[in-house]
Amino acid sequence: MNRIDRLFQEKQEKILSIYFTAGYPKIDDTLPIMEAIAAAGGDVIEIGIPFSDPIADGPTIQESNKLALENGMTLKLLFRQLEGMREKISTPVVLMGYLNPIIQYGMEAFCSKCQEVGVDGLILPDLPMQQYLDEFKEVFDQYGLKNTFLISPQTSENRIREIDRHSDGFIYMVSSHSITGAKSGISDQQLEYFQRVKDMDLNNPRLIGFGISDHESFEKVSGYAHGAIIGSAFIKVLSSAKELKSDIQTYIQEVKKYNYDHSS
Amino acid sequence: MIGIDDKGFYGKFGGAYIPEMLHPNIEELKQNYVAIIEDKAFQSQFDNLLTDYVGRPTPLYLASRLSEKYKAKIYLKREDLCHTGAHKVNNTIGQILLAQKLGKKRIIAETGAGQHGVATATVCALMGMDCTIYMGEVDIARQRPNVERMKILGAKVIPASSGSKTLKDATNEAMRQWINDPVDTHYIIGSVVGPDPYPEMVAKFQSVISKEIKIQLKEKEGRENPDMVIACVGGGSNAAGAFYHYYNEPDVRLIAVEAAGLGIHSGKSAATTALGKMGILHGSKTLLMQTEDGQVVEPHSISAGLDYPGIGPIHAHLFDIGRAEFVGVEDKHAMEAGIELSKLEGIIPAIESAHALYALNQIEYKPDDIIVINLSGRGDKDLETYIKWGKY
Repeated sequence: MNRIDRLFQEKQEKILSIYFTAGYPKIDDTLPIMEAIAAAGGDVIEIGIPFSDPIADGPTIQESNKLALENGMTLKLLFRQLEGMREKISTPVVLMGYLNPIIQYGMEAFCSKCQEVGVDGLILPDLPMQQYLDEFKEVFDQYGLKNTFLISPQTSENRIREIDRHSDGFIYMVSSHSITGAKSGISDQQLEYFQRVKDMDLNNPRLIGFGISDHESFEKVSGYAHGAIIGSAFIKVLSSAKELKSDIQTYIQEVKKYNYDHSS
Repeated sequence: MIGIDDKGFYGKFGGAYIPEMLHPNIEELKQNYVAIIEDKAFQSQFDNLLTDYVGRPTPLYLASRLSEKYKAKIYLKREDLCHTGAHKVNNTIGQILLAQKLGKKRIIAETGAGQHGVATATVCALMGMDCTIYMGEVDIARQRPNVERMKILGAKVIPASSGSKTLKDATNEAMRQWINDPVDTHYIIGSVVGPDPYPEMVAKFQSVISKEIKIQLKEKEGRENPDMVIACVGGGSNAAGAFYHYYNEPDVRLIAVEAAGLGIHSGKSAATTALGKMGILHGSKTLLMQTEDGQVVEPHSISAGLDYPGIGPIHAHLFDIGRAEFVGVEDKHAMEAGIELSKLEGIIPAIESAHALYALNQIEYKPDDIIVINLSGRGDKDLETYIKWGKY
């Protein structure tokens, strides 16, 4: 069974997904960061494939993309780093990236490699649903990859239903009109939107992302969905980390506020 | 027939590869723009502004001394005489009227050299709309007069400080801003780039160029079709406008001129069809200058308006099917051609347009050929570059 399906079967609430950019802060940090997230109780690991022009990302993630590229990160190198990761962690892994580096790698080669190293799903923010259905769904399915769509407060009910119909992993709820890391705090208006989507009783689980940074915001949004995604705030932790492993441990435990034993 | 299909593609190129957050905006445009711009009241408002405000139709001028030198009959389509100094305003007039019909309150735009920024700030002043222009930090430093023009016109100019700090990054910033404030904002893209329906919409607004050429050439030569039309291509909006009514006239050669910078293989150029391959940037699939790993590379051209790593999907298609001939003109040759036109005809062209002029030296034609060159802009903004160049 796909690790994403298994996760949502075993756990229905307070799922914590952590995003980081591959190759940041250092080129060889990918696997150590993943191991630290898994050990600290992160439920999903989302790895960003760095791109020169990340249009859905705010300054924090832009900067991590830029530095990762300067460090020499490429998709080929990332796959080499991920070889053997399944001997070390069992946490679901999702790759997040803009289309261009992936289509240059070759979509089928990319999907095949994802399956080979044990990637479970994809988040491709500049791949709209229609293009996914027309061009890529078949190959994603062939290699057992879950595709996650985004929805935002502007997404109409009809469109959310359609996205739900074509999703089979989880839906990524963008918490506000924003790029990543742009706003802090959760407003009543946002809670209304979370409630509205919750009441739609969708088939797929939902994770809320953009603007989640700490225990308070995590707890707050967790009441409206199956969990949340933290990206920019985690990148900030990495950028100031003195000792990567223990700083990641401290941060994730602070967000979750309990000791989670992931060894089982 | 050459044109856009119902999925928003020109052959293999185009589409709308955008984050879901922009889906409602793009969908709103797609569903409404054709009906709005084909509406009679809209068209008469658009035409009136083009006549009384922009100064259209622009002349189709038989450049006798240039013709004599190059041994052909060369006409210049004088887009340089448009209000604000370039063809860019044809599109901004159209889009601001459209934004008003869609009930938008704010306008955002990207700019490289500042021509599109000025054209946008101008129409925002005209319509009393709030205007924010995103411009790369590097371009702000090298295009100071246009920055001040935008400010005098009442626009806010926001520096784009990410990436290479030029046009591509200004476009990224404008898109991010649109994601952050999607409901009341219209994004006026300045070229035939971006997600569907922008490339076709901008081309339609610019198509007035070839519409006029047909009428004017008929009057002067008794025929609507020249033997060839030459235009420079950065993103490609002036070329799209000059080619539009000739796409499906196979007897008209279409010559698209790209910036070859310091030489196509110098590592310092913007010759996308020579160096690029299929990629996705700013919402469309097109030819793109990029590394083997799919990172977009920073182009170079002496003219900021051609300094873009891609071309509009329509041009990628024209290249792909061989309908247009693509020529790369180097910085130094564009400068020579700009100075030559100044001396021969008393017209100082924008350095972008000077690329199109130099192409006469790089293509073959017959002595009695009728050639139309789209003179997309005037050289006032480039005075600093001409002065630095010095050889005049």
